[in-house]
Amino acid sequence: MATNVAVVPAVKRRIQVGDAVARIVTAAFAGVILLICLVLIFELWIHAAPARNKFGLSFLIGTNWDPVAGDFGALPFIYGTIVTSLIALFISVPLGLGAAIFLSELAPAGLSSGLTFLVELLAAIPSVIYGLMAIFTLEPLMRSYIAPFLRATLGFLPFFQGPSYGVGYLTAGMILSIMTFPFIISVSREALLAVPREQREAALALGATKWESTRQVVVPYARLGIMGSIFLALARALGETMAVTMVIGNTPTIAASLFAPGYSIAAVLANEFTEATGTLHPATLINLALVLFLITIVINGLARLLIIATTGKGTARA
Amino acid sequence: MISRRQRRKIVNDLMLTLTAVCCFTTVASLFVILGYLLYNGGKSLDWNFFTKLPLPAGELGGGMGNAILGSIQIVAFAAAIGLPVGLFAGIYLAEFEDKNFAFLVRYTADLLNGVPSIVVGIFAWTLIVVPMRGFSAFAGSVALSIMLIPIVARNTEQFLREVPTFLREGALALGASKWKTIATVVVPAASKGILTGMILGVARIAGESAPLLFTSLNNQFWTSSINQPTASLPVMIFLRAVSPYEDWHRQAWAAGLVLIVMVFLANIAARYILARGVSVPRG
Repeated sequence: MATNVAVVPAVKRRIQVGDAVARIVTAAFAGVILLICLVLIFELWIHAAPARNKFGLSFLIGTNWDPVAGDFGALPFIYGTIVTSLIALFISVPLGLGAAIFLSELAPAGLSSGLTFLVELLAAIPSVIYGLMAIFTLEPLMRSYIAPFLRATLGFLPFFQGPSYGVGYLTAGMILSIMTFPFIISVSREALLAVPREQREAALALGATKWESTRQVVVPYARLGIMGSIFLALARALGETMAVTMVIGNTPTIAASLFAPGYSIAAVLANEFTEATGTLHPATLINLALVLFLITIVINGLARLLIIATTGKGTARA
Repeated sequence: MISRRQRRKIVNDLMLTLTAVCCFTTVASLFVILGYLLYNGGKSLDWNFFTKLPLPAGELGGGMGNAILGSIQIVAFAAAIGLPVGLFAGIYLAEFEDKNFAFLVRYTADLLNGVPSIVVGIFAWTLIVVPMRGFSAFAGSVALSIMLIPIVARNTEQFLREVPTFLREGALALGASKWKTIATVVVPAASKGILTGMILGVARIAGESAPLLFTSLNNQFWTSSINQPTASLPVMIFLRAVSPYEDWHRQAWAAGLVLIVMVFLANIAARYILARGVSVPRG
């Protein structure tokens, strides 16, 4: 039974104080996230100072890497990072997009959710295990089959010339492509599922085939979300460490041939950071980490904005 | 001659089949990886792997008992730091939203989630290893917790948002204060989703090696203190795999199998919890 209970002012005040305290406490924890990000940038910036003061921006275009002589140029690493990521996207975008179309447009609901779960498991595999696969299965495969085949068919291009030692840009790019599938598939799938049903029905009613409706109506409608998924995958590929370190060949050179061994920013950090001595070498590596951080932040930021634009429910989850 | 209509039909069938091929190719890679791990890992796995210490190069046998224990130690400590912070941050984002600040935190959390794990490792090195003058399990835990916090925060937020408004209104109408409503009604209602997110988050950081390379480093022996360099399973896999020794490769596969079984069990458990109980009607 409803009774009129006048709220005692003291109780009311206690409740208000309790709510205010809860708000402040939880806000403080939320603030920890901001704090981590700010301190991260600050710490990297401070620790990179010796390298920044010595080389400035010319660091980014130097091609020589000689820790013993104290001469450091980042270009081979930046090149390797970008080339391997582009190879990865070249493979994973068409395959991932095709898979996302299948999952959202064709597969019956049960099959689609089962396959999506498997794709998510693919995302859960630790990167060191991808590295293990790359070293012991992809690398021999590359040396004896994939590289000779590409040399025989596309050998007139400068990318597919020269010997293959198994490790190199292409091997790293291929393992990265498998690692980026889940990002492209799950985010693109969500973007495609968000396309209103009427769009599909209108296209079909005009006489389009299922494929024509998908290609000319559904995919263009979801294009921002799909772009977002590609950027997300790109950011992931650029920052990937373990798998790339294990198969890129760890050679700080710039080569046109994709069979050649190279190096990436993340890989040189993994390999040299613990052994770096003095002040300049660690500072240079931290400077490289800062470069990698900035690149991935910009690309991730773009990806998030694109995904917000399509799904429209706040920042989408990855 | 093929008519225009037939051509369109053929293109349609061809392209739709291709999308199915794409999907099964990508999913097949999962089974190829699992198959290799089961085959290569399975034949190298024995009881010694779980109980013995690693042996020096050249001596056959030994195990990774210390790395398994070390991983558990590092991850447990990371969870102890990261889960509460992520949980409360998530509660703030879902329940107390002050528009600009919450948007900023949400966006930052997503960016932090995308920061390469190796960069997080270097950050933890500058933050913990340098001032404490030494590699330690603690530094590794801090690095992993930095990765865990944004994952848990965003996930908690998402599941809290799925709790229907009428539950909140019901509690408030009964005279409960806002924080009492959150603590006794909203969070319990979303508890299964929140727990799922926590399990997935912990499983994710348990497989990370890059953040541990410069923080917890490695160790040949059992460790008891969190202030010592500590072996972990992912780092061990990396070091064993890139070594030139056949017997170490065998151990890398075995460790890979153990790691993937742990990660997949966590994933399946999380799915199970979620499937068993969306404990409130979605309204």
